[in-house]
Amino acid sequence: MTTQQQRPVRSAWDGFRGGLWRDEINVRDFIQQNYTPYEGDSSFLAGPTERTTAVWKKITDLFPEERAKGVLDVSYDVPSTITAHPPGYIDQDRELIVGLQTDAPLKRAIMPYGGWRMVAGALKTYGYPVSSELEKVFTRYRKTHNAGVFDAYTPDIRAARKAGVVTGLPDAYGRGRIIGDYRRVPLYGVDRLIAAKQEEKADLDAMPRDASRLEEVIREREEISEQIRALGELKEMAASYGYDVSGPASSGREAVQWLYFAYLAAVKEQNGAAMSLGRTSTFVDVYLQRDVDAGMLDESAAQEIVDDFIIKLRIVRFLRTPEYDELFSGDPTWVTESIGGIGSDGRTLVTRTSFRYLQTLYNLGPAPEPNMTVFWSPALPQGFKEFCAQVSIDTSSLQYESDELMRPRFGDDTAIACCVSAMEVGKQMQFFGARVNLAKTLLYAINGGRDELSGAQVGPNTGAVTGEVLDYDEVLGRLDLQMEWLAETYVHALNVIHYMHDKYAYERLEMALHDRDIRRTMACGIAGLSVAADSLSAIKYARVAPVRDKTGLAVDFRVEGEYPAYGNNDERPDAIAVWLVEEFMRKVRRHPTYRGAEHTQSVLTITSNVVYGKKTGNTPDGRRAGEPFSPGANPMNGRDTHGYVASALSVAKLPYEQAEDGVSLTNTITPDALGRTPEDRIRNLAGVLDGFVTSQGFHMNVNVLNRDTLMDAMEHPEKYPQLTVRVSGYAVNFVRLTREQQLDVLGRTFHGSL
Amino acid sequence: MSLIQPGKALPPILTGGPDRPVEEAVPRRGSGPVTGSVHSWDLSTGVDGPGTRFVVFVAGCPLACLYCHNPDTLRMSNGKRATTDEVVTEAARYVQFIRAAGGGFTVSGGEPMLQPDFVGEILRRCHDDLGLHTALDTSGFLGARATDSFLDSVDLVLLDIKSWDRELYVRLTSRQLEPTLVFARRLADLGKEVWVRFVLVPGLTDAPENVAGVAAFTASLGNVTRVDILPFHKLGSDKWAGLGMDFTLADTPVPSAAQIAEARSVFSSYGLYAV
Repeated sequence: MTTQQQRPVRSAWDGFRGGLWRDEINVRDFIQQNYTPYEGDSSFLAGPTERTTAVWKKITDLFPEERAKGVLDVSYDVPSTITAHPPGYIDQDRELIVGLQTDAPLKRAIMPYGGWRMVAGALKTYGYPVSSELEKVFTRYRKTHNAGVFDAYTPDIRAARKAGVVTGLPDAYGRGRIIGDYRRVPLYGVDRLIAAKQEEKADLDAMPRDASRLEEVIREREEISEQIRALGELKEMAASYGYDVSGPASSGREAVQWLYFAYLAAVKEQNGAAMSLGRTSTFVDVYLQRDVDAGMLDESAAQEIVDDFIIKLRIVRFLRTPEYDELFSGDPTWVTESIGGIGSDGRTLVTRTSFRYLQTLYNLGPAPEPNMTVFWSPALPQGFKEFCAQVSIDTSSLQYESDELMRPRFGDDTAIACCVSAMEVGKQMQFFGARVNLAKTLLYAINGGRDELSGAQVGPNTGAVTGEVLDYDEVLGRLDLQMEWLAETYVHALNVIHYMHDKYAYERLEMALHDRDIRRTMACGIAGLSVAADSLSAIKYARVAPVRDKTGLAVDFRVEGEYPAYGNNDERPDAIAVWLVEEFMRKVRRHPTYRGAEHTQSVLTITSNVVYGKKTGNTPDGRRAGEPFSPGANPMNGRDTHGYVASALSVAKLPYEQAEDGVSLTNTITPDALGRTPEDRIRNLAGVLDGFVTSQGFHMNVNVLNRDTLMDAMEHPEKYPQLTVRVSGYAVNFVRLTREQQLDVLGRTFHGSL
Repeated sequence: MSLIQPGKALPPILTGGPDRPVEEAVPRRGSGPVTGSVHSWDLSTGVDGPGTRFVVFVAGCPLACLYCHNPDTLRMSNGKRATTDEVVTEAARYVQFIRAAGGGFTVSGGEPMLQPDFVGEILRRCHDDLGLHTALDTSGFLGARATDSFLDSVDLVLLDIKSWDRELYVRLTSRQLEPTLVFARRLADLGKEVWVRFVLVPGLTDAPENVAGVAAFTASLGNVTRVDILPFHKLGSDKWAGLGMDFTLADTPVPSAAQIAEARSVFSSYGLYAV
């Protein structure tokens, strides 16, 4: 592909309707005025072209080496910025959409603003030289986010972090979970966006009369200046590939290219834990449809553009440390793309390009990234529902989230960041807060704030519970006190982290693609919910006798009798789980937040359920020390004995309004358990999703797999290079998981039929 | 070849031959609530009738099929006593889900027709009060106990026709085939929708004339909208061991994909929709 593109003889906005979006930056209005809902089925879709297959093969040929070495290559001596690397290509003559994070595919960049220690650690892990010059710069002259955080942490926070009762905090890696509205670049061109930012800044020129606003206004002016600078660098980077993105895109291919450049600039600069894309398919469809209508594209050519774009999204890479990989296993990047849903006016937001995005899972084979997330509503067109179900059954690469719960709260231009975090695109961001360990907190309640593994006093000394048999009300009383302490310590830590992240590793480009005045959330989270709920259920409905060591520390529990377990649609344990969610949220809300962020929380673990389990002793539900927790809001493996519907309905009881950062459920179903014929399975899975969303369920990861397939893949990874498994809010390439993680996936409940 | 081999322990239920009396449900005492013996309940999708269904497995069965995968439901004493209220209340908790998902309520077992009063009332309440699509999963052996008004509450019958060969039927199930055929004809006369289920056991039920016999009979009924060919499997063999009974088909192979396709083509050749 030459860079001298034949420009269509029309101006960029020819044929587009509506006016509001012309006068202000308003992508949603543009979509609403111009998109074509598609109510049909998947029969129009096109397979891969030879070109697509050849380009994708160049990448898949690199995967074995990358898998063997952990990373394929690292640009180890160039701190990455939007413009730091010269252009890179997969196959310059054949690529339709160009741009790479560095000068070669799968070559990772270093991003030291988050913290030098992590960069140096990762380079050492993979055997690359650590530049002494850069080390000097980032330890002596230029302070990092990580260094800032540890300057301001309190002893209490450090102790809680060390014990693992608060864990996975983004204090040593980029916080991510910010979605730039990358669509603004193709729609408006960069120059218009810069002009809008200049206006926003000019509004802040006057010195505030209110002293309490002083710092805020100065900070905002500095931030907007940085945003404008980043937009300039975006133009420069695109120019190095032969494109001028100062004006709007004028064709479908240009729209995708401009969109991708904007996203690429973000992932060149930020190594965020989740670098999500937003909600782009219906936006792109407006452009592709215009070209199809003008006879400039046929279906195969339209699909080819989408396929090439998705190839780029599949090869986003970050250099990370082994500690990070332990938390978030399988090299995830969370290039989450939100697809489908219903608009506020009742029309579906499904377009042909929504189908085309999903079709890449056939044209290129299954893959964990981009993290395709379907906004499900019973009102979606049947043809789309059935295609989604089919893709899930064939590839296990999709997750579903309730459009019915999100739309009333966040509007119909909402996207998911990471796994389950909803935010209105360009108008909202979150301060990502990882999560606290509720199972351990329960043990602190029993042990008066002493850690069950180290014996150290970590939580407040509320006095150990001393009876021979645990008394429910007594445990609950102490738990209340420990949760109180935990919520305060946790919010305090998050305030420190996000203050420093804004100061030392500000997301210039992503925030340049937001409005100035945005809604911010402080996204807290809880892990170990099912262990805590089952433990309390055991204490209440069975007899739990602690086994204490000579210092009086309860280190094990004897459970006599049976107790009802969370995950069977049984009110008794389910009510305990609901209470834990509501109560922790209530406690979190009592503490002030940085930049006035709204408090939210998630029930999500990603793959950190394994690490949390490792750091937690024996629990009163009978779980042994070190055993993994169930992921997210899932019931404990094997305890949900009435099938996946009953299990899902227990999870659906957790109130979304007390967990607006998302409640995650991962289901693994064997194909047989969905029906006897392919058509039955498709219809039935679509029905199950309708049922779940109607029952107020929020999120469902759907795997349709046999255990045998996974066992074979563990023994013969070379046979399954693209086997994809959804774990907890994201998907992974199964063969890239650690053996421990693979065993955890295998140990999860497979809902079969008998 | 006798499948019931000397020296092997038989389930006590098998002693007495095909015409032995049937274990009876506990008669209702006075005007108390109707109760029955229930083994368990479950939610299933796509295997017990169309869509996602609340399935009640009742305990007790007059048959003793060699390949039974729920031998722990053979005796009524395997279950727990439950009132119809308890069952219907549990089912009601899933009505919203089932309505949105598409599906219904299925009573399976065991043999539901062993407890017709209990099962009939549950079906009636699920059908009339909860508005659910209802299915009855039965061997048809006790079909005569299903009154017309009982069948009014049943939208779909999942009818097992385990063999066409009469002798083989007795060897397989320890009972006679005839009552099942009579019931099938009656359902046809009533115009009740039926899915026929046929378990394909290599070396036992897969003889071409046996498959063709079931297919021809099924096709002659006119009310059968689907035939489920269920491949024999051994996933229930642990349950046999757990009950101290011999699973005599331990060495019987499961059918190959080709054998299943072959059986399906026989049913299809009679104009039936077979899966």
